[in-house]
Amino acid sequence: MTNVISEIKKDFIYNLLLKGERADGRTFDQYREISIQRDVIRKAEGSALVKLGSSQVLVGVKMQPGEPFPDSPNRGVIITNAELVPLASPSFEPGPPNEVGIELARLVDRGVRESKAVDLEALCIVPGKQVWIVFIDVHILDDCGNILDAASLGAISALLCTKVPASRFGLGEDYVLPIRDLPIATSAIEFNDVLMFDPGVDEEAIANTKLTIISTIEGNICGTQKSGTGMLKPEQVYRIIDIACEKAKEIREKFLEA
Amino acid sequence: MIVMDETDITFFKDGLRLDGRRADQLRPVKIEVGVLARADGSCYIEMGGNKVIAAVYGPREVHPRHLQEVSRAIVRYRYNMASFSVEERKRPGPDRRSYELSKVSREALEPVILTSFFPRSVIDVFVEVLQADAGTRTAGINAAAVALADAGIPMKSMISSCAAGKVADTIVLDPMKEEDNFGQADLPIAMTPNGDITLMQMDGGLTPDEFRRAVEMAMKGARDIYEIQRQALVNKYSQLTEPGHEEVHVQ
Repeated sequence: MTNVISEIKKDFIYNLLLKGERADGRTFDQYREISIQRDVIRKAEGSALVKLGSSQVLVGVKMQPGEPFPDSPNRGVIITNAELVPLASPSFEPGPPNEVGIELARLVDRGVRESKAVDLEALCIVPGKQVWIVFIDVHILDDCGNILDAASLGAISALLCTKVPASRFGLGEDYVLPIRDLPIATSAIEFNDVLMFDPGVDEEAIANTKLTIISTIEGNICGTQKSGTGMLKPEQVYRIIDIACEKAKEIREKFLEA
Repeated sequence: MIVMDETDITFFKDGLRLDGRRADQLRPVKIEVGVLARADGSCYIEMGGNKVIAAVYGPREVHPRHLQEVSRAIVRYRYNMASFSVEERKRPGPDRRSYELSKVSREALEPVILTSFFPRSVIDVFVEVLQADAGTRTAGINAAAVALADAGIPMKSMISSCAAGKVADTIVLDPMKEEDNFGQADLPIAMTPNGDITLMQMDGGLTPDEFRRAVEMAMKGARDIYEIQRQALVNKYSQLTEPGHEEVHVQ
């Protein structure tokens, strides 16, 4: 059913694209309106509700003391999970995460981990014995496209307002989780050599190829992922990187550094 | 357990890497075609310390049936690591990493497979990592692409895969285990011989300029691997000169 609809919409979107337009009137590198509400869940150590156009993603951070990994005895642990719950889209089904959900969670994790946004050494309680475990849980509420960028933005926004619940575990006073970088994921789809950023759900349905770039405050790249069954020319990759780093900077300055 | 970090390792000695390679040099690659009797196509690859075997079954009937597509074949790809393939025993069965790698590897091969030739069927690709030494996903894709060709699956082109990385602020080709574990970035790609990229992942930290140099280096590596894949297929199929060459046993 969804496929039949997208075949018709595909023509519509394709014809618009030839005129240099998008269905909602955006330019090809323009993001939909973004809003971020922080601390929306009182029970969580940190949380953020991100709206990207009509897409809605809720990210909650919970923390608890636990054992470190044997190969990093002095470092805290980050565990990222994503739930593509069936209320968010007709194509999501109940049950354990499928490969789309797993990829999403791993990419959100890659941004936080590879940018070293969380100072893991600061999360050591007793070296080799006890460290803080940070659970980042992504809950997709409404999938109107590009939930990865929204989830990634949600994760760093939630971390920014996370308070380490030390008093609850008898480990001194609560304190603000130190954050050292602000990774931003920006995704573009490729269709007939047109690169469209922040694709809506119909645009995602027509495109075979998506490239996600995660960049840091310094303007460096800390994560990349091509997904979908299409191909990209190296020149297209470089073009996406240039625009992605610029977009990421805009988003970071407007929503995270304010 | 000894804990190490990148400061404990000298990655370069007299301009050469831990295993004596130059920065832009691949590890030795060995490819054998048609190593499994039951599979429709198969391939064994060694890339440095990696030992990986790939098998292709199909096109064949799809089970479960609801997965079938009316206008094309579906492609399934299963990346699996043997429990003994790594230093510390890996718990058997799929984990989150292998789900992600299976997805991106399938998406690396699907662009060149002519799936519309086989509606309502499935092409299954199974990749088993027998010994791991950084770069198992690229080795798996290289083997799988050759196994697909060996199975006679129509393809637009070969797919070749290689990674570049960054260690001690230097961009290097085809990182080995130590360079991957304690290095600064890893960027695996897969591509057609024309340079169309079908897989691109990256983690670590690279400036946009370094990223570009790493992509170029990985593409050069993939081109060299393509020649080895091609030669392996030529080696197998040039021996079967005439039809009926294969021995037939009548009981």
